[in-house]
Amino acid sequence: MEIVYALAIGVLTGSGVWLLLRPRTFQVIIGFSLLSYAVNLFIFGMGRLAVHLPPIIATLDPDPSLFDDPVPQALVLTAIVISFATTALFLVVLLASRGLTGTDHVDGEEEPEP
Amino acid sequence: MSWLQHLPVLPVVIPLVAGAVMLLFAESRRTTRTFIALSATLANLTVAALLVYMANRGMPEIWPGGIAVYLLGGWEAPFGIVLVADRLSAVMLMLTAVLALASLVYALARWKRMGPHFQSLFQFLIMGVNGAFLTGDLFNLFVFVEVLLAASYGLLLHGLGAARVKAGLHYIAINLAASLVFLIGVSLIYGASGTLNMADLAVRVPGLDDGDRILFEAGAAILGVAFLVKAGAWPLNFWLPAAYGAAAAPVAAAFSILTKVGIYALLRLGSLLSVSGAPAPFNDGWLFGIGMVTLALGTAGMLSVQQPQRLAAYCVIVSAGTLLAALGLGGEGMKGAAMFYLVSSVLATGAFFMLSEMIERTQRFGDNAIDVSLESFGLDDPLDPARPDEVVGIVLPAAMAFLGLSFVSCALLVTGLPPLSGFVGKFMILSAALGTAPLETVSASTWALWAAILGSGLAGIIALCRMGMRLFWSSDEIVTPRLHLTEAAPVAMLLLLSMGLTAGAGPAANYLALTEISLSSPQVYIDAVLGNGLLSSPSFGTGEPER
Repeated sequence: MEIVYALAIGVLTGSGVWLLLRPRTFQVIIGFSLLSYAVNLFIFGMGRLAVHLPPIIATLDPDPSLFDDPVPQALVLTAIVISFATTALFLVVLLASRGLTGTDHVDGEEEPEP
Repeated sequence: MSWLQHLPVLPVVIPLVAGAVMLLFAESRRTTRTFIALSATLANLTVAALLVYMANRGMPEIWPGGIAVYLLGGWEAPFGIVLVADRLSAVMLMLTAVLALASLVYALARWKRMGPHFQSLFQFLIMGVNGAFLTGDLFNLFVFVEVLLAASYGLLLHGLGAARVKAGLHYIAINLAASLVFLIGVSLIYGASGTLNMADLAVRVPGLDDGDRILFEAGAAILGVAFLVKAGAWPLNFWLPAAYGAAAAPVAAAFSILTKVGIYALLRLGSLLSVSGAPAPFNDGWLFGIGMVTLALGTAGMLSVQQPQRLAAYCVIVSAGTLLAALGLGGEGMKGAAMFYLVSSVLATGAFFMLSEMIERTQRFGDNAIDVSLESFGLDDPLDPARPDEVVGIVLPAAMAFLGLSFVSCALLVTGLPPLSGFVGKFMILSAALGTAPLETVSASTWALWAAILGSGLAGIIALCRMGMRLFWSSDEIVTPRLHLTEAAPVAMLLLLSMGLTAGAGPAANYLALTEISLSSPQVYIDAVLGNGLLSSPSFGTGEPER
């Protein structure tokens, strides 16, 4: 499971970074979305991967290996909300830039033809 | 339970409530909104002043050690979230509050009308900055940094215009990427050490086994990169001149504290992790190198720009470079000296941003002699020619005299010439770098720092003299600007504060020297946060000398 998980994060990060370096604003925003998926999965993975284990400790003298770590789940929830909100805001700026400059290039002007 | 016990949470709560309440009032009810914003900012200033007093052991009955720990929700650290106010936090809070008041008053004249929700966004920005200075754990540092960034995105776009949107697009992209890097660093540190509380982290790190130690150091390095982006360090600062140069003047003035959030985080974590040998880039060598390059390139930038506001933006970079290089070099008394320089440079750049916008009003659009060179570099005047800057109000009789005097004061402060506080700050840094060792044993990096700081001062004087001559002397068609009293007053206030800082340099430097001592004995902070039964112990605070 760890291998699949790590590969998924790697593929998402790789595609995200590549898109981030592209000149069109839409590609940049998709790149950010992919990157934030990768980071969210990464945070989640930092709590160690486990299947069918409860995140709530119910006994007095618990064995930690029988429980899932709840902290990364809380962190990832916060991170999802924040990246969602900032991406939405970025989208607005992107549209404003498109409206003001008439191009979707990140620098607000087309590159000169070679 | 006196209300004073809730003091550490107020710098977060006051701006949050004020910003939220203002949203309930329609944009047209300016008087109500202005009243709320001003009272919140004044209350924030009062609380910050009380915290500075508290950190100096002014309230021994509640916080005998001068470190206020506030348990949110009543959960003990490291399980719950804590806010911690010590000397360093208190100084930064005070600086934020002063700068916020000045920027807000400046904005009252006309900038707040240039777009929706300026006042609310401004309060949220203050909330984020205050929270970042107060929080005791890494994840909430991330959350507060996001709050301040989200507000800063809105504020940067305030007033719109193509230049702002373009700068804003780059600024948001860079900061979103930096936030993701921040998250990776935080989660790696959590995965390796199992904690996010900074004090708990400092306790646990020495006990990590080798595998976890490597993961932790990788996480700390990634986190440090995120902090360096915030601090405006080379090679991650190319967004800064464009963003700060394009922002509305009061916004840019408030932004001059934002880069210091990164410096604060580096100082705080560097101090706490120094127990077990701080990892890169919190240790010395890296910071010094990065700071020197930042300083050199910021100086080159100062020499190359034509617009006052962009020049002020490069002053922010020079200040960040000086601080990083000085902190990286280290030495006894260096952190206190760097803090003094930080306070002075934030006041100076804040005043400079507001001043540069007023100065630009003296120039007719397209009237500059060097406009040809602006065009040859493909730069356009970022300000809309039809900008609505016709201020209705009292025309100051001596507007040009005021602008000229303020410009000279700003130049003296930024370049570090006597007699103002910029000189005192730089002198303290240079003196701390030299230390008390005999001259033959002084290292090459100390001389490099001397050369860089003095050289950047010289280059700054050249750049500012040239700009001053061009702005005030060379043009025949200079327009006497209409200044509103509320625009002139905040600049005057910041400059007078700098003068006060010069006159009261002794007490201020003493306070900051004690800040350094508390930073170099992190065990006091750790014990205060983790509550190792020391609140009742008479030996509490052994790391600090009695005043």
